[in-house]
Amino acid sequence: MSKVETETAASAKGHAPDESAPGPDTSRSWVQIISAQGILIAFAVFLLGFGLFSDRFLSFENMESVLRSSSIIGVMALGVTVVVLSGNLDLSVGSMLSFGTVMVVDLHDKIGAAPAMGVMMVAVLALGCINGFLVGILKLNSLIVTLGMLSAIQGLTLIYSGGQNVDIAPSTQSTTWFRVFGRGDIAGLDMPIIIFAVLAILLHCAIAFTAYGRRVYAVGGNPTAAVFSGIRRGRVVFSTYVISAACVGFASIILGSRVMGSQNNVGQGYELLVLAGVILGGTSLLGGSGSIFKTVVGVLILGFIQNGLLLMGYPYYAQWIVTWIVIILAVWLDIAGKRGRLFSPIA
Amino acid sequence: MSDHGDDTGSVLRLEKIVKTFPGVRALDGVDFELRPGEVHALMGENGAGKSTLMKVLAGMYQPDGGRIFIDGLRCTLPTPIAAKEMGVILIHQELSLAEEMTVAENIFLGELPRSRFGFVDWGVLDKRVGDILKMLNVDFGPRTKVNRLSIAKKQMVEIARALTHDAKVVVFDEPTASLTDAEKVVLFDIIGDLQARGVGIVYISHRMEEIFKISDRISILRDGSYRGTLITAETDEDAVTRAMIGRSLDLSRDAGDVARPGDVKLAVEGLSCGSLYQDVSFKLRAGEVLGFYGLVGAGRTEIAETLFGLRRPSAGTVTLNGEAVQITSPAEAIAHGLSLVPESRKEQGLVLGMNCRDNITLPQIDNLTSGPFVSGPQEVAIYEKYRERLEIKAPSWRAMVKNLSGGNQQKIVIGKWLSMKPDVLIVDEPTRGIDVGSKAEIHNLIRELAAQGLAVIVISSEMPEVLRVSDRIAAMHQGRLVTIFERDAVTEDDLIQAISGIGVHAA
Repeated sequence: MSKVETETAASAKGHAPDESAPGPDTSRSWVQIISAQGILIAFAVFLLGFGLFSDRFLSFENMESVLRSSSIIGVMALGVTVVVLSGNLDLSVGSMLSFGTVMVVDLHDKIGAAPAMGVMMVAVLALGCINGFLVGILKLNSLIVTLGMLSAIQGLTLIYSGGQNVDIAPSTQSTTWFRVFGRGDIAGLDMPIIIFAVLAILLHCAIAFTAYGRRVYAVGGNPTAAVFSGIRRGRVVFSTYVISAACVGFASIILGSRVMGSQNNVGQGYELLVLAGVILGGTSLLGGSGSIFKTVVGVLILGFIQNGLLLMGYPYYAQWIVTWIVIILAVWLDIAGKRGRLFSPIA
Repeated sequence: MSDHGDDTGSVLRLEKIVKTFPGVRALDGVDFELRPGEVHALMGENGAGKSTLMKVLAGMYQPDGGRIFIDGLRCTLPTPIAAKEMGVILIHQELSLAEEMTVAENIFLGELPRSRFGFVDWGVLDKRVGDILKMLNVDFGPRTKVNRLSIAKKQMVEIARALTHDAKVVVFDEPTASLTDAEKVVLFDIIGDLQARGVGIVYISHRMEEIFKISDRISILRDGSYRGTLITAETDEDAVTRAMIGRSLDLSRDAGDVARPGDVKLAVEGLSCGSLYQDVSFKLRAGEVLGFYGLVGAGRTEIAETLFGLRRPSAGTVTLNGEAVQITSPAEAIAHGLSLVPESRKEQGLVLGMNCRDNITLPQIDNLTSGPFVSGPQEVAIYEKYRERLEIKAPSWRAMVKNLSGGNQQKIVIGKWLSMKPDVLIVDEPTRGIDVGSKAEIHNLIRELAAQGLAVIVISSEMPEVLRVSDRIAAMHQGRLVTIFERDAVTEDDLIQAISGIGVHAA
């Protein structure tokens, strides 16, 4: 053992087990396999489990109802996913939804449906620009900025509405074309579901297949390397907040149209449900990893949990506890998959 | 080999260690033996399995096969804590200190001495840490905050931490990568001291001269398998290199490789950036390699960052291709035909969680679209071109760059910037932490690129590297460009004097 074998040693490798074809996943641990497919497995288990308990659960009507009730959170979660992919958070979407909905409903009777939607969109996008400016250009911490915006926008909403809830006049409710966004359907499929689906496909393509999407992933994965690669990080981050705000604008239209009125705190708590959908889908809060598609799955799981528990006769607030448990499990499995074992080897 | 018997006199023995990762057999039956009081060097190219082996030893990875003996007793090291308790201490390249705490707190973290009431007993702590620091001959005290220290000094803190434990085996993983010569002397003294106390030292380094200076034996890994052990006194660098890469390396410059510089591509006049560097002027021609040599902190990297639009100069002009430019962002620098291979590949060069292809095409992703979407085939074509050109070893373009070895990661970064077809290429510490094989490949590549007419700036802290690749060498000292030497008319002494601020000034 004190002499180095040189060239001949290479032949000793012949004895070694074949290591050709680094095929995928051959030596992954079960933890990693479950983790990689975890969210889809969980999804299937939920569907089957609830399906056994209730024959109504898997019916088309019920599916449609779940999709419909998930669509507002879903649309918002699409935008928040883009923000999270770039390595930031957006907690302001909840009160932004209140703001947008109150505004579009209030303006509907005053200036008409189309101008109301236009003005609301511009206002909400302006809020997104403020977020984007503070986080992207001034490089402030996104948690603090958007948490602050969460309460600031709630205040703005109350100032706008004077503390009153707003309604579309009963006389116009049944005649305005504005009702189509929340109550309409195409070939029997509810409009909110269609809006959610179309936005999901558009954003998925934009993030997964365009140069812009690649920049978002790069900024989230390693902001410094992104800058060294000539990416204007500030602009990318700025744009993600504008996208997030735009999604909130669409969600406001669906919600306003569906309810034909709005409480001035209607979006309260949505920011957490939205974030839950994103995390549950498997998009990393650290940025740089995840996808729009994952978020769609995450949001649907949230929706099915809620629906299944209701069908099983639990009160609606039971879902908050169950959702929390499911998120913890999802996050744990995600981490476990990355380190290849369930428990951290480091105390 | 039997389970025991020939263990007498070895503090650590690894037998037939196997470790596999998805698609890779990182360790393929590796043996290793360490005696008390011995410095045993572990060498191999990047990706040969050194780090993996040491992580097995530190309890961070569990081997899939093989046996570990410490003091002749078979044991398992399921966690880093277990490894520490067995007396195995790993001193990493990447340091793990609590930046906001003091030196003393870091050294005794988790076992701070307590007074009767359960409070930290600062007096005792200061005394114990003070003793250790005195032994290490460092110029900071127990109460210094760690984030005030240089990397080298932080490393001393790590070593101090190891000394407080009853270490049987101390593993040094590239310990001198960021040390100055004076600091190296101190480190080697400490290693000698540990040896005298009967501690076994595993020393991982790519630097031959260090290995031959301090080690007793050298074990060699290649492609995850064990290639034998040499007694340092009975071998030479050539034999070690051959064992590591399976061939002999010619480290000298190719004869007849004289650059025929063309037009001036880059002219810098009186460039200054606050206190970082002042009044730097030089010209760079097509087909020429200009080396920037100096100590860490001499302002070399900062000049590169200014040229690349990452810093604003406080004075001076930059002329690119005969046109005065004011570059305020990397995007503009790229548009002007400038590429920068940055100093730190992991922090600045790569998105580690992205695949190889996406990393290479990142700076030009806007130009690789068909319709609204990025064109996969175009991207793969670029990746394949540079994979072949640079001999990048990756299972496929889908492989995450974080799973590649340091040398291959560096080639990805170089590929990324070559694929931009720049007029001026700046490479900052192109071979830091890279094995000799990849190093030679990268040096040859730089020469080739220059021969093809590229204007290249190479920033390096390694004199052999600067001498090997440069046509002219700019020596820097404390933010000033002391002088520019012609490669053929410079001696090592000239360079050392210039960068230490002694002797000749601007010629």
